[in-house]
Order: sequence, then structure tokens, then C-alpha cells
Amino acid sequence: MVAIGEVNVLMDTTGPPRRAARRPTRSRLADRLLSISWWRGIVLVCTGAFFLIPLYAALRFSLQTFSGGFSFSAFGAIPSQQGFTAALSLSVRLAVVTTLITLGLMVPTSVYVHLRLPRLRRTFDGITIVPIVIPPVVLIVGVLQVAPTFLKSTPYLLALMYAILAMPFVYRSLDAGLRAIDLKTLVEASRSLGGRWGSTLWRVIMPNLRTGLLSATVLTVALVLGEFTMASLDLYQTVPVWIYNFAQDDGHVSTAVSLLALVVTWVVLLVISSFDLRRIRRTAQIRKDA
Amino acid sequence: MTTNTATNGNTEHIGATVELGGLRRRFGATQALDGFTLTLQPGELVALLGPSGCGKTTALRVLAGFETVDSGQVLVDGVDQSRIPAQKRDMGMVFQSYSLFPNMTALDNVAFGLRMRKMGSKARRARALEQLDLVGLESEAAKYPHQMSGGQQQRVALARALAIEPRVLLLDEPLSALDAKVRVQLREQIRVLQTRLKITTLFVTHDQEEALSMADRVCVMRSGRIEQVDTPSVLYAAPSTAFVAEFVGTMNRIPGVIDQGRVSLLGTTVDIRAVAGPDHAGPDHGARASGSPVDVLVRPEGLAVTPAPHGRGLVMTTTFLGSVTRLGVLLDEDVMVYVDQPNSAPQVPVGTAAEVTLTERDVMVSDPTSPGTAQVAGASEVAV
Repeated sequence: MVAIGEVNVLMDTTGPPRRAARRPTRSRLADRLLSISWWRGIVLVCTGAFFLIPLYAALRFSLQTFSGGFSFSAFGAIPSQQGFTAALSLSVRLAVVTTLITLGLMVPTSVYVHLRLPRLRRTFDGITIVPIVIPPVVLIVGVLQVAPTFLKSTPYLLALMYAILAMPFVYRSLDAGLRAIDLKTLVEASRSLGGRWGSTLWRVIMPNLRTGLLSATVLTVALVLGEFTMASLDLYQTVPVWIYNFAQDDGHVSTAVSLLALVVTWVVLLVISSFDLRRIRRTAQIRKDA
Repeated sequence: MTTNTATNGNTEHIGATVELGGLRRRFGATQALDGFTLTLQPGELVALLGPSGCGKTTALRVLAGFETVDSGQVLVDGVDQSRIPAQKRDMGMVFQSYSLFPNMTALDNVAFGLRMRKMGSKARRARALEQLDLVGLESEAAKYPHQMSGGQQQRVALARALAIEPRVLLLDEPLSALDAKVRVQLREQIRVLQTRLKITTLFVTHDQEEALSMADRVCVMRSGRIEQVDTPSVLYAAPSTAFVAEFVGTMNRIPGVIDQGRVSLLGTTVDIRAVAGPDHAGPDHGARASGSPVDVLVRPEGLAVTPAPHGRGLVMTTTFLGSVTRLGVLLDEDVMVYVDQPNSAPQVPVGTAAEVTLTERDVMVSDPTSPGTAQVAGASEVAV
């Protein structure tokens, strides 16, 4: 039986026989894999040691008592330390406000650049790198010289500064997210159905940009919780500044706070990341079921 | 897939009249639209057909409000649309790429346009389900786009576009990403729904089979201009330019020579078809001197092949197409022609020496050096 569209062609089919692809023998392959694993192991151990040894030293120091024994008393004393709660509260507020400012500015900007100015994407890439090039100390000293008094008198000037510092990371996260979706088609589909720009951004773009938004949030929060220079020069006591100041009074408690701050930051970042991880797993499961 | 043709009083629309007048649009050095003028009657489905870059999608996007023009006007029911933003034009659109919102279920996707129109949640849900039923996908209402096949996604996109009861339906190559079988099914479904709902529809495609099978009229475009607008049968049988003749259907180009107002080719001399009319007039064939070389345009069904040991051709390919077999025959001077042979006729195997003869009494001719300048006219009706 002949299939519709079947083509018979008069042509020379006698070409040179294909050479069988040369494959490495199994033992050679295993050797190569083993050698790669060995080097990977070395790199992993060195990297792990680089990060873990200081942490171990800090943990040991914070647990050590004057009598030479070990105790959690330094950790237990943290909440009662003067200024700690206020510093923590300020850091959290700054993290929230900075995230809102950053996303509020960068989401519409990134969408606009992708939709209307795709040719300027590289230029915009370059502009967003500038805050990395300028040292924070230069930025804050300059801003403090020119900022109006009503801004200088509030800690939220720091949030504006942090928004600038976070810009390179946030833009790259959002850019990656926007590249992953068919932005133009989604926007046009929404508009053809009567969606205004606000509803299109809120109901169509942002839900589909969740991964980008989450990584932008994670990076912004991490940056704010760890930033020292600007807060210190602006004379506000955030957690990093408080740790530095308090270290001169009680090194054990100060080190315990550092460790705790590190752990809390990790937990916060893990929680934020897990939102997206759960979604990815659920999607993968749905696809598998389908 | 089944075509759901359940009738519902709420789904009856009255199409709008669309007038695109003298549209011009330039992108850098490219003239995407060059005086494009087209009128769509209420309830009519017009296909814009042409090669990539001919401006068909630009014309559709101008009508949708996604693109501006340098000059010209867009009227819908006599109202100028130039200052009306896309979201207020009431035009349903189905896109080439899958355009469903990935974060919403099929039901929410269809209900989106109704939500934007502030319709209550119960009424919105009922209408969305009704539209999904219309495309035979009510059972898939809770599924997300990634859980559906490409064909299902495009049907949901169609339901979404229809849910807002658009004045004009715009289809931007909605079938191009689908496999052949689904494409045929969906295009039939679109046509059934469009005819039933009487929505004025502009359909962009580069697939002539789609255009000819679905449209009331087909508008063939080239370089931002309209080459011909006609019904599919007239377009096939009586193309007004060589470009249309070659773009629509399969067309052979065979060298011939002018002979006292007629043309000689393949050992015979036949008449040249008269020019169609003032709109499509080319250079007068009578002006060509005898002996001038021309290209003769003949469809595969206008030729016949007979095995002949000393014939001028050699059968190079055979392609089974259902009711006919298409033979590829290499003539002298490296000219390849395609000939449709009924399957009831004796089969001519590949490698057979053969004679190719002309079965048409009159033919179209074209300048051999500049395709697209044929002198043509349609006389005979050919069923498509």
C-alpha cells in the first residue's frame, strides 16, 4: 500500500558508508569519570573548609565559657541585650520597604524595556551594573551631602540607597524571568481582551514572573540584612551595625548574634525559595501525570 | 475531536464592516504596507495570504491596534479606530504562538476578557463554560495550559477570543504550530463557528490550503501590496498576475516562444489567455514579437505524461497524493515540470523516459526574466 505523500525519487544513494562513531571503552570512560569525581571532591572539600572553618570557630567561641566549658548562655542572652530588638526591627522594616521600592520600580521598568525598547536592553544591562562599580561608602557620603533634610532624618533613606545597591541583582533576576515567557504575546492577548496596563501587569505578567520576583526578593532581603557600611555612616543601628558595636562589650554574645543572624537569613531565604520550589515540583508532577 | 455545533441564542453576533484604506507602514528600509486597501463585509472571512514579510501580519496588527500606520485609516462600522487603544477595540484575537495565560486554568483564561468587562463571577463562569462547550472543551475547564495539547490550547484561545463577543475576529496564523491532522480539524471548527456566529474575520496565513479552504475571499499580498482579492475558485482558475498564479497552487514554468500572437511549447502552439481587466492588466501580449522567448505557466493538471522511449523527459519522482499521482519530469534544458496523473491511468515508474504534452487550449505567459509580470486572465473555472 502506498501512503499519501510518499515520494519515490530517482537519485544516487550510493554514498560513502558512514564511519561508526568512535566511543571510548568502558574502562577509559570509568577512569575519566573517576578522575573528574576526584577533582570535584578536592574542590568541594576546599570550598567547604573555607566556609565552614570560620563558622565552626565562631560557634565554638560563642559556646565557650570563661571556665573552659561550653554553654548556650550567650545565645540565651541575646533577646535581653540593649538595642538588639530595635536593630532587628529596623533591619526587617528596611528589608520590606527596600523590596517594595525595588520591585515597584524595577518590574514596570524591566517590562517596558523588554516590550518597547528591546534594542536598549544591553545599555540597560550596563546601567544597572553601575551600583556595583561605585563603592557604597562613596554613594552614601555623596547622597548625605545632597539629600533633603526630611529624607536625612528618616532611616528610609537607607531603603532608597539599598534599592540602588540591589538594582543589578534584581534587574538580572527579572530579566531572566521575562526572557523565559512570551511577554509580547501575553501582553497583546491581555490587551485584546480588554486588559488595561495595570491589570495586565498584575494578573498576567507578575504571576508568570514568580520565579524572577522570588529570586529578586531573596537577593534584596539578603543584601539589606547584611549591609553595614551605609547604615553605619548614616548612623542607624541595623543588625550588622549593632553586632559590630556590641562586639566591643561582649564578644561571645556578639558572635552568637552573628551566627544567629546568619542562620535566620538562611532560613528566610530558604523559605522564600521553597515557595517556588514547591510550585516547580507541583508543575513537574502535573506534567508527569498528564 | 468533535465539532460542537450546539446552538445558543447568546452566541449570535452581527459582524462589523471593516475598511482598511490606503495603509502605509515602513519599518526602517522595509515598506511593510504600501497603500493597502481592503474592505471586509459583515460576517465575511477574508484570508490574507502571502510569503513571509509581505505585510499580512502588519495589516492584522494595525487593525488590532498593536501597530500604528504612517498613513491611511482603519474604519470599523464607519468609525475611525486610529485613536482607540487595542483594549477598547472589541476585537478577539487568536495568536500564532500559544497565548494562553500559563497561570490560569482554561476556564479562567476564557473568563479573563469578561472579568475585564466587570461581568459578575457567576455570569462570567457560565459564559466561559458555554464558550468552552462551543469548542468541545468543557471537560478541560480546570486544566492549565501546560496540561493541554497544542490543538486544545488553540481551541481554548478561540473560545477566549469569542467569549467577549468581538466585533471582529482576528486570527494570526493560529494553526501554524499544530500538526497536520489537528490543523485540518481545527480549521473546519473555526469555519463552522465563524459562519454560525457571523463574525467578520480576518485570517492571516502563509498556507494557501488553509486560505483556500476557509476563506470567503482570499487577499494575496506581496511586498505590502495586494496582488489580488477574490474567491478561492477565481483565484485558482483566474489569477491576475504570475505571482498569484505561482503562489496559489502548484504552477509549472515552461520555456516557450511567441508565434504570431500565440505561444509554442512542448511541440504544440496554443492561444495566450486574454487579460482579465483594467485592474490587473499587464503588457499586451500582442506587442511581443514573434520569436520572443517567454515562460508559459501551466498547472500540473494541464499536462499529461505518456511513456516514450525517445521522449524529451525523464520521470524523476512520483508522489502519491490520493486521487492523483504527481510525477516530476525532467525536460530538456534542465526544466523540471510536475504533472498530475489520475491513479486510474497506467502508472509511470521512476526512471521511465516519457513525453510531456499540453492538454490546455490556452495558457498564461510571463516574461522569463521577471516573474510576476504575467499577462493573464481567467477564463475557465477550476474547482478547488
